[in-house]
Amino acid sequence: MQDVTNDDLDAMATAGARVLGLSIAPEWRPAILANLRVSLTLGLLVAEFELPDEAEPAMVFCI
Amino acid sequence: MTLAAWAMASDIVANVAAGRTSALAVTQTALGAIARNNPALNAFTDVVADRALARASALDASIMAGTAPGPLAGVPFAVKNLFDVAGLPTRAGSLINRDHPPASADATLIRRLETAGAVLVGALNMGEYAYDFTGENVHDGPSRNPHDLSRMTGGSSGGSGGAVAGGLVPLALGSDTNGSIRVPASFCGLFGLKPTYGRLSRAGTFPFVASLDHLGPLARSVADLALAYDAMQGFDPADPVCQDRPISPTFAEIGRGIGGLRVAVAGGYFRRGASPEALAAVRACAEALGAGEDVDVPEAARARAAAFVITTTEGAALHLDRLRTRPADFDPAVRDRLIAGALVPAPLVVRAHKFRRWYAERLADLFGSVDVLLAPATPFSAPLIGQQTFMLDGAEVPLRPNIGIFTQPISFAGLPVVAVPICLPGKLPIGVQVIAAPWREDVALRAAAELERAGVAACRRPSLED
Repeated sequence: MQDVTNDDLDAMATAGARVLGLSIAPEWRPAILANLRVSLTLGLLVAEFELPDEAEPAMVFCI
Repeated sequence: MTLAAWAMASDIVANVAAGRTSALAVTQTALGAIARNNPALNAFTDVVADRALARASALDASIMAGTAPGPLAGVPFAVKNLFDVAGLPTRAGSLINRDHPPASADATLIRRLETAGAVLVGALNMGEYAYDFTGENVHDGPSRNPHDLSRMTGGSSGGSGGAVAGGLVPLALGSDTNGSIRVPASFCGLFGLKPTYGRLSRAGTFPFVASLDHLGPLARSVADLALAYDAMQGFDPADPVCQDRPISPTFAEIGRGIGGLRVAVAGGYFRRGASPEALAAVRACAEALGAGEDVDVPEAARARAAAFVITTTEGAALHLDRLRTRPADFDPAVRDRLIAGALVPAPLVVRAHKFRRWYAERLADLFGSVDVLLAPATPFSAPLIGQQTFMLDGAEVPLRPNIGIFTQPISFAGLPVVAVPICLPGKLPIGVQVIAAPWREDVALRAAAELERAGVAACRRPSLED
């Protein structure tokens, strides 16, 4: 994520919000981009963990 | 006789059952405590006094007519305002949901507690849509910590923590997606139970993250937790996650002691970032329970990251229509996180769910050699309301995302936990998580009861007006 610039995130937020029908007021944008950076950083931390192709998602979690 | 508002649920039951007091008198005492102290604590958002008084009178009449009193006879309780209460809109801490029509029926767990003889007295403040660890709310004002009104209750079940610790009611229900029962239990100095994922019905409550949402009680003693938990157990087809398992009563088990239980302390991740108070609290519990060597919880940091991703994306999916139509009516801190969550690519979410299964299996393996695991509930005791940062290893870091670092990796695996309150001399209370294997709430409650019996875990009475 370190080489992902704020301009990259801004473009992602603009496009994503347009696709999803969300409005982002200018004053909300800095906090949304900061949160997006945290979410993506943590998501990539999880995604880099190696699991076998056969790993089952726990979409309906049951112990 | 008149019982004090600080009376435990178990004392209330014993006195109501013996005819020494009435459910009506106990309810009137609770309503009086709410009238006196809620203006300072801001724990209640709704008080259903007429309903409570009518219910208590009917209960007394039933007992007078010879009906056996239930296991919670006459116990006043309140619920986080994401529980459906017949006649009230289920606001879930939000402005938007206040426009909903009033709920037509009570949530399953309210019905079960009232069937056992408890008396609902109201609904409680919470962080908006449960996306919160502070107990603050921009619409209703912050819940305030009874031990220091300038401090957070913790959240998102903030009113639940404040109401029980402040002596307004002996029992409250909360929800816990990433720590929202255990965090207020820690900051307010209470016992709190987050049962195994799928144990208690969530029917009739406003959701947050279906994959992670749990419900449970907060109380001032382990016995009270067990009484409430036992009354709420049981399959409910109205919640598709609720498992059809035998009811496993715990109240009669909690006095058994810990003979034969293997106790360990979670090391590594669960020591980093913890304040000296948090570590001292864990150490006190470990000594009292004769804990052995530290054990490593594998990939706990990644588990916390995965819980974060699932939370923000599932929360975004839940609220997508409201984010489209009424974004300005959200708490800005909630809205900004949810919009960011809506933008996270799907592969990262699916990988988080795949990781969850791997992680839960590793933790199940860990419980092959350990019965009870101890870990801090929060890295520190209650911060000031509005506080944004704290000092960690000499660096100033954001406070809010770090409040749940020790609770998230445990609920992510769905494990049952009792948060126990530790009062170190001259310090604010702080909680320790007593964690057990899946479906072994009885083991966690036994260990918590041993800590209570040994005088290590206890609820301190705050200095509020009597």
